[in-house]
Amino acid sequence: MGRKLLTEHVNVEGIETFAVYRKHGGYRAVEKALKMTPDEVVEEVKKSGLRGRGGAGFPTGMKWSFLAKPEGVPRYLVCNADESEPGTFKDRYLMSKLPHLLIEGMIASSYALGARTSYIYIRGELLYVLRILEKAIAEAYAAGFLGENIQGSGYSLDLHVHPGGGAYICGEETALLESLEGKRGNPRNKPPFPAVQGLYARPTVVNNVESIATVVPILNLGGDEYAKIGVGRSTGTKLFSACGHLNKPGIYELELGVPVEEFIYSDEYCGGIWKGRDLKAVVAGGSSVPILPKELILKTAAGENRLMTYESLSDGGFVTGTMLGSGGFIAMDETTCIVKNTWNFSRFYHHESCGQCSPCREGTGWLEKVLHRLEHGHGSMHDIDLIVSVAKQIEGNTICPLGEAAAWPVAAAVRHFRDEFEWHVTHPKEATQPGAVYRGNLVLA
Amino acid sequence: MEPTSPAAKPQFSPAAQAEIKRLLTHYPDDRRKSALLPVLHIAQAEFGGWVSPEVQDLVAETLSLRPIEVYEVSTFYTMFNLKPVGKHVLEICRTGPCMLRGSDELTAQLERITGAKVGGTSPDGLFTLKEVECLAACGFAPVVQVREKYYESLDTEENVNAMLSELKSLVHRPILPWEETGLPTSLQNN
Repeated sequence: MGRKLLTEHVNVEGIETFAVYRKHGGYRAVEKALKMTPDEVVEEVKKSGLRGRGGAGFPTGMKWSFLAKPEGVPRYLVCNADESEPGTFKDRYLMSKLPHLLIEGMIASSYALGARTSYIYIRGELLYVLRILEKAIAEAYAAGFLGENIQGSGYSLDLHVHPGGGAYICGEETALLESLEGKRGNPRNKPPFPAVQGLYARPTVVNNVESIATVVPILNLGGDEYAKIGVGRSTGTKLFSACGHLNKPGIYELELGVPVEEFIYSDEYCGGIWKGRDLKAVVAGGSSVPILPKELILKTAAGENRLMTYESLSDGGFVTGTMLGSGGFIAMDETTCIVKNTWNFSRFYHHESCGQCSPCREGTGWLEKVLHRLEHGHGSMHDIDLIVSVAKQIEGNTICPLGEAAAWPVAAAVRHFRDEFEWHVTHPKEATQPGAVYRGNLVLA
Repeated sequence: MEPTSPAAKPQFSPAAQAEIKRLLTHYPDDRRKSALLPVLHIAQAEFGGWVSPEVQDLVAETLSLRPIEVYEVSTFYTMFNLKPVGKHVLEICRTGPCMLRGSDELTAQLERITGAKVGGTSPDGLFTLKEVECLAACGFAPVVQVREKYYESLDTEENVNAMLSELKSLVHRPILPWEETGLPTSLQNN
């Protein structure tokens, strides 16, 4: 079992309260940060090699260093707690179990960035988590870790939680900022980037919950020590949310570098595939990353063991690889219909497209429609090429990455499971039987 | 025919007004519009689980916005119900990970038990069924959200029945101050 830097104390009774959290070393990172200069804190995060835990994997320290700091203009830190990527449920866990970890990270990060007001934008469905956070924030104010002159340092910070209203697109950082301003969640054109014009047109950094929480162990250990954990440029630990057909779905904190095979089959982690079945495919980083068949998720095309790292999961590019993404790990057993699953994901993206860019608004609709007819036995061979072509025309032609997120799963499903799509065309009767699934030429009811 | 009396203009309760006042302190004075989503949540909780045009106008007035600024937002986000709903709205997750663990079967089961169809309300007015996208609880699928509470692992008859009887036993759910809904099973101490 590897080190746990975020969830070490997660099962301590009362850890959601300030007193117990503090007793277990809580708020030491804030005390440490306040004795450093803001730039020194940024430097530690840079040294740690921390990469954004929301899905894009962009280095957090570098993102921070882009923040514009014009004299006399307020700037903001906004925490992206709009966790909505199918397969991902780690931030909900972190916030409900360890609210003070996020708050501590927010204080240290806000100090580093010079923000005097910070927001946690949480998806509206998680109102009960918002209550947990508000309770913890009130405790932090009472203990002098928020508000005026924190711990006598002269630094002051207000922290607020803000609920969304149900919209996947608000996980995109500029849509999130629009939403926080009380508008529809339409992503903004970039540039200007939020680092220059973000919330209320002020310089703003938007970071994922887990990224901000990770600032706490980084400061406690020091950036250099943190960077020693993990493999290569995949430093530290990361939360993975495992779901689908696993014996033990749930949230696992891993030192980056655990072999995928061990993660799936070891009893320490997911405990193998349920009901004694065989693994068919995995979507390794949330619904938008390319699906891989069993052979390619366990080993790279070159036959090396695939590891739970940014680099190893993307080995082979989109031809034979995928992405670590948000860490939403969806396992599918041998009875899973890939066509149905692809249709389901396309319906999701169609539903969640904000409608601003025509390639995405129209394209996601066509993907859903054509996949629906393929799944229901009314498709043609041409339809298979059609969805690939529609996906290609969405990709790269939209303001925000929802376009890519909708296109990639379709392209990858056809790339790796084309014969299954063709079987739906050539054997519509068999394919539409309840529970039927393509396995070579076998139909299993 | 009797002339119908105009419906009384909706008003926020004193508790809701106090909560809105508190929320407005979170944003700069010239950015009251930021409070729109939180205030819409309060409005929906106060006025029977949905936001009528009159309620949306009240929200606009409360935040000094033009009504269209509220309408364009309430119609964008999926959590706001724009039509009357039953006492409990069961939001059933239908996205991939829940589908893999039986959300289609769950939906059919809930339709059968409650007598409501997805998008509609049961004849006794108790349950409205609504299909939603990913609720971020994929490891504990299939999942249903009812107001602020998540019901998880609904792949057994037992868990489904427990959810429905808990909901039936709720006589009145106070709106404000916010009730403690309790953590979903997956987040209780393990």
